Order: sequence, then C-alpha cells, then structure tokens
Amino acid sequence: MEKRLKSSSDALGADALLLQPIVATRSSFYHLALILLGFTVFAFFGWLHQLRWGLGVTGLNVPVYWGFYITNFVFFIGISHAGTLISAILRLCHAEWRRSITRAAEVITVLVLFFGVGSIIADLGRPERMFNVLKHPNFHSPLLWDVCSVSMYLLASSIYLYLPLIPDIAILRDYGDKYKRFYTFLSIGWRGTERQRRILNRAISVMAVLVIPIAISVHTVVSWVFGMTVQPMWHSTIFGPYFVVGAIFSGIASLIIAMALIRRIYFLQNYLKDIHFNHLGTLLLVFALLWFYFTFSELITTYYGHDPAHLLVFYSKLTGRYASLFWTMVVTCFIIPVSILGRRRTRTVTGTVVASLSILVGMWLERFTIVVPTLSHPRVPWSKVFYSPTWVEIGITLGFGATFIFLYMLFTKFFPIVSIWEVREGREMAMQEITERVHSYMPGPAGEHSPGPMSADPSV
Amino acid sequence: MPRWGMVIDLAKCTACQACVVACQTENNVSCVEPEQAAMGRIFAWITVLPEVKGIYPRVSMAMMPLPCQHCDSPPCIRVCPVSATGITPEGIVRQTFARCIGCRYCTNACPYTRRMFNWYKPEFPGELRQALNPDVTVRPKGVVEKCTFCHHRLMQARERAAADGRKLAEGDYVPACVEICPASAMYFGDLEDPESRVAEFARSPRAFRYLGELGTDPKVIYLAEGEWAGGKEA
Repeated sequence: MEKRLKSSSDALGADALLLQPIVATRSSFYHLALILLGFTVFAFFGWLHQLRWGLGVTGLNVPVYWGFYITNFVFFIGISHAGTLISAILRLCHAEWRRSITRAAEVITVLVLFFGVGSIIADLGRPERMFNVLKHPNFHSPLLWDVCSVSMYLLASSIYLYLPLIPDIAILRDYGDKYKRFYTFLSIGWRGTERQRRILNRAISVMAVLVIPIAISVHTVVSWVFGMTVQPMWHSTIFGPYFVVGAIFSGIASLIIAMALIRRIYFLQNYLKDIHFNHLGTLLLVFALLWFYFTFSELITTYYGHDPAHLLVFYSKLTGRYASLFWTMVVTCFIIPVSILGRRRTRTVTGTVVASLSILVGMWLERFTIVVPTLSHPRVPWSKVFYSPTWVEIGITLGFGATFIFLYMLFTKFFPIVSIWEVREGREMAMQEITERVHSYMPGPAGEHSPGPMSADPSV
Repeated sequence: MPRWGMVIDLAKCTACQACVVACQTENNVSCVEPEQAAMGRIFAWITVLPEVKGIYPRVSMAMMPLPCQHCDSPPCIRVCPVSATGITPEGIVRQTFARCIGCRYCTNACPYTRRMFNWYKPEFPGELRQALNPDVTVRPKGVVEKCTFCHHRLMQARERAAADGRKLAEGDYVPACVEICPASAMYFGDLEDPESRVAEFARSPRAFRYLGELGTDPKVIYLAEGEWAGGKEA
C-alpha cells in the first residue's frame, strides 16, 4: 500500500494528491532514473574523451566547424521558451486555465538552459578557458551578447520559478515529513498573511513583465550569432523573429509532452485536463502556421534574390545533400502538426502529444539545416566534404536530453509540479473575479452608466 | 605608419604550390594524416584554390593562391567573444593563441575560410620536429590559427634596420611565400607608400580584391589573368 500523509489530506483535501509524488516514490522511478543516468555517464565519458584528444574526435571539419553541439545549443535554448514565456503571458492575460500548468512550464525553462550553456561548453576547443569571456569580453561579438542575455534569462527565470514556489514550499514545511530544514530554509518565513500574499503577487507580476522581453531577447540574440555574419543564408534580417517563433513553437511542444507524462504517471487527470491540451494544441497550431509563414518568406526571398552563393545553400536544402532532412522538417513541423491540430476531434491528449513529438524532431532538424548547409557551402569553392557526427557528439546529445529528463523527474520529487496554492486560489476567487471582469466588458442596459454629452438621448 | 599588403599576379602564377610548402615550414604549420585530410581537415595558411568553370567539354580551370586576406574590416575580429583576434596598427590580422577559447566563431565568420582550427595537438613526426622554426610558436590543441604575414619576420627586419641605424626599406620584410615564389608572381610591401611596388600594382586596371563586394577591404590584391577578371570585382 502506498504511503500517504494524514495531516496534509486533512488540510488540503483532494489537493493532497499533488503532494503524493513527493511523499511516495514507486520503484519504476528508480528504474527510469537509472537508465537516464546511464546516458549521462556515457555522455560524460564522451566528453572526457573529447577533452583528452581534442575536438578531432567529433565529425567536424573544414569548413563545417559547427555541427551537433551548436544545433543542440539553439534547440535547448529554444525549448527554454516553453516555460517562462508561456507562463508569463498567460499570467498577465489572467488566463485562468494557466493555474495548473505554469509550474511544469517554468521548470523546463530553468533546467533546459543549463544544457544550452552545456552545449556551448562542449563545443569549445579550450573549455578550461571559458571564463575568458568575463576576463576579456569583446562586446562587438554576438556570442558575448548571448553570454549576457542567457545568464540574465537564467537568473530571471529562476526567480520567476522560485517566487510562486514559496507558498507551496511552506505547505511542504508544514505538512511534509522529510527535509523539514530544507523546506523551512526555502520558504523564507512564509505564513500566508494578507500582506505576504500581496507582496508575492506583486513580485510575480513584476517578474512576469520583466521576463518576457528577456526571453525574446535571448532567442533573438541566438539568431544573431548567425545573422551578424556575411555567410550565405545566415545573413538574414528575418532570423530574429523566425528564431523566436521557432523557440516558442518547440517550447509549447515540450510542455505538452511533459504535461502528458506528469498527468499519466502521477494520476493528475483532474488537474491537467483535456481542455488544457486542447488550448495548448490551438496555440501550437497557431505557431505551426507562423513557422511555415517565416520559413516560406525566408526561402522565397532567397530564391528571388538569386545570389549564387545563397542559391548554392538554398538548393542544397531543397534538392541537394540536405533535402531529406529539409523535407522531413517540413513534414514534421508543419504537415503532421497542422493535420492533427487543425481538427477539434484530433486535438486530444494523444493527438497533441504526437504532434509535439513530431515538432521536436522537426525543430531540431530546422536548427541543423540552418547551421550545417551554410557552413558546407562557403563562398570560396571548397572541396566537397560532408559532416556526419561521431559517437561522441551523438552520445553527448543523448546524454544531455536524458539528464534533462532526469533532473525534471527529480524536481517533481521535491516540489509539487502543479502549483497547489494557485489552484486553490483559483478555486476560491476565480469565479467571482471572472464574473466581475465579464460584467465590466458588458454594455449595460441602455441609459445606464451613460454620463457625458456623447451618450445623450438622441431624441432631444 | 605602414599598411602591409600583398599583390599576387595571377598571370604569372604557375600554381606550383611552393608558397604553400614555404609557409608550412616557416610557420610550423602541422602535418595532417591522410585520414584527417580525407575528412577535410587540411592545414594550410595559404592554399592554392582551384576554380572549375563551365561544364565539360567547355571547361577551364583557374588557380589562385589564397592566404588570409588581412581585411581592413575583418568579419572575424568583430565576432570573437574574447578579443583573441585583432588587427595591428599596421593592418596585420593577428591571433592570440593563449587567449583563444576555440569557439570557432571566427572560422565561420570568415568568408574566405582562411582560419584553421587545431582539432588535435599538432604533430611533427620524426625529423620535422627538428625542423621547427624557433621564431614561431607551436600551437596547442583546440585553438584557431591563421596567416600572420610572417609577422616574426617583420620584427626581425625592424631589429636589423634599427641595429644598422636606418629605416625599414622595401624588401627588408617579405613573408616566406613571397620570398619563395619561383615565378615572382607575389609582391609584398607598404600599401601606404605611393612609391612602393604593391601600391603601384594596386592602382593597375588588372587589380581586384577577392569577394571585394562583401566590403571586407582585403589587403591581398590580385592582378587578373583573363578568366579571373570576369565575375570577380575589379
């Protein structure tokens, strides 16, 4: 029989279910963790091998100096837009359905950023010198802008994750039966007084506003790493918004997958309802269309510009060496998601999850077909060599993915993955708030609330 | 202050690759094993670039020695996050091996693909180790390196001139590739000095800069030979 906390079910009622993942851990958790950590160890071994011999152990060459690692960097940073951005926008819009999904989203952001940064470190020829970016910064370099905006984003989104976590940590402090000291420390004296609540809500709103421009700047700057060079098909003004849209797109997709897993594993069907998947699915559909619009604009302007250097890259994607990857990307980023999400009947949990998995594959391919084809077709007529990754790059890529999933699982074992206090607050206050809000939109009956000459009786 | 530049007369160049070999020995450029070369990891600060034009049977081939172009506005310098690469007041684009973090952003930003990365620790088998030039640093693994216009030769020439109590004269300082060129197709000197041979060639109607339309302002100036004049900016 599974362990349950007596005291919490008295105080929280049915919501005690949200503490269950922290209270009791099934053996399948340990099995999965072990498998994931196996990948981590393998990636670590690969990295040590690379440190020992140099980047020669990768498949990188001249002129394809960037490959899997930089693709992963852009991909992971893209996924980080799941959380903070979506959660912040939904919070600011007072979208009531956000309450049970914001936490799951914010955790993705904070954790995945480490793997974005990790990908860059794995890509360095001299990782032990990485602090040179602080000692000898060159502010002309878009890579340094990246360092600044990503670290700011990590800081802001960590705060943004922590603030709404405080009342829940206090619940764990009061009703939990382990790590009391840890939770007491983290709850920084939360007692849930009126004043504390007011300050917390204010702080969350401020952070939500702050975090949006930071998040947008992060992926814009990532795109500028490519856009600020003169290389064919990188030097594009559309890259900023194109990357931001792609980032949010893959971010929503990973959020949907995370939510589906959480709901299934921790029996939270009552909190992460079908309607959540339907709403996020609609959002995903919008971004699939936006993604297509940007991709199409980028390609057609390149084609009409007819610069031979650009066309070389263009045709390598459409009909050449990278055509299979490119068209797989079009199918997985656009055709599959739109055909699933475009119909209410298939916008179910399974439907959105299938679409999301397809989008994650497609968006990784999108990043790859941005990085590699340009590099393999430089302006100087170079000998034809092609890039294919080695076991080290594949190992580190899989290891990063697995370690991310492991850390996410670990988080659910220490903190509630659905915000308890926000769900409760919603249950207590939302109805009244929404009724008032809707009333405030409604035109009142004629004659009421009509001061001023504009609304004077026309018969006079 | 001088502004060092190179002129390569493509009408005289025989594509013998002596410049490539001279550079290799002068600058301790490492040898690459055949498997590595097959992966495209060929190391050469100067290379002779073949360009095939047309399709068989109407086909022709042009050859062009390509060192670092030592651009006046180099795209590589702007992008380096740690200022490991820069341009000297005399216009030579340099690389600081001890600071480079090996991110390879500069190699990707260079439109000429003239920057090399040390995938492994550079190897100098057998006698080659004894043939290393003591005036040039052997690079560690994981950093980017590039043509320096044989900067160490400039330092030596300066010292010699100072010891003789005279100013640096034309011909005191030439890079190894220019010195070796059997066809005398390469010239080197001060582009600022209107009397110098390179400045004179730079004014020639045959003169063009490779990919000059990108606005990189290279200080390597080519003198066109029929084929190369077409399509490239004059």
